[in-house]
Amino acid sequence: MDTLLNISSALFLLIGSFLCVSGGVGILRFPDFYTRMHAVGVTETLATAMILIGLMLQNPDGLVVVKLMIILLMTLFISPTASHALASAAVHNNLMPELDKKEDNEKETSSNP
Amino acid sequence: MLIAATIAILVVMIMAIARGIMGPTLYDRILAVNMFGTKTVLLISLLGFVMGRPEFLDIAIVYALINFISVIGVLHYSDASIFKHNDQQKK
Repeated sequence: MDTLLNISSALFLLIGSFLCVSGGVGILRFPDFYTRMHAVGVTETLATAMILIGLMLQNPDGLVVVKLMIILLMTLFISPTASHALASAAVHNNLMPELDKKEDNEKETSSNP
Repeated sequence: MLIAATIAILVVMIMAIARGIMGPTLYDRILAVNMFGTKTVLLISLLGFVMGRPEFLDIAIVYALINFISVIGVLHYSDASIFKHNDQQKK
């Protein structure tokens, strides 16, 4: 039973760490504010949930699980709210997403003749 | 595996700080600070398990609340003129 708990906890922590690192690479390499916001959204909900579930399986009794559940629920409610407020403030202040320029040129060249 | 997860989260925090320093718009910086705060919550709870003191989880709860309030508090001033974004690519 103990080895099963340890293996599943290590698996959850591994998936969470991989998602965190992929989100970090995304925030550095994506070209636009809104695409970067997508990368951050992945790390803030799924990776946080994976790592906290992995920590719950480390010590599955007592008050620790309750506190981890509180942190998980607060993160799952709070970070989409903050992301929504940030995106709506950006849209209100005229931050436009980068569109593909090649398509625009093709449309212009096709419409000119 | 706990130590590996801690190191991964430290690396991600360094990446978020890099985006916050070189972010082209103000919103990128706010996004990076938000991500940094969430990763701090995870780092505190992981460090509590690494050092064998799960009492650190109380500090993690408080830090999650502070992170949310800081982002909403900054965005409360989003009508100010410094937040206005002029699109420079059309010129």
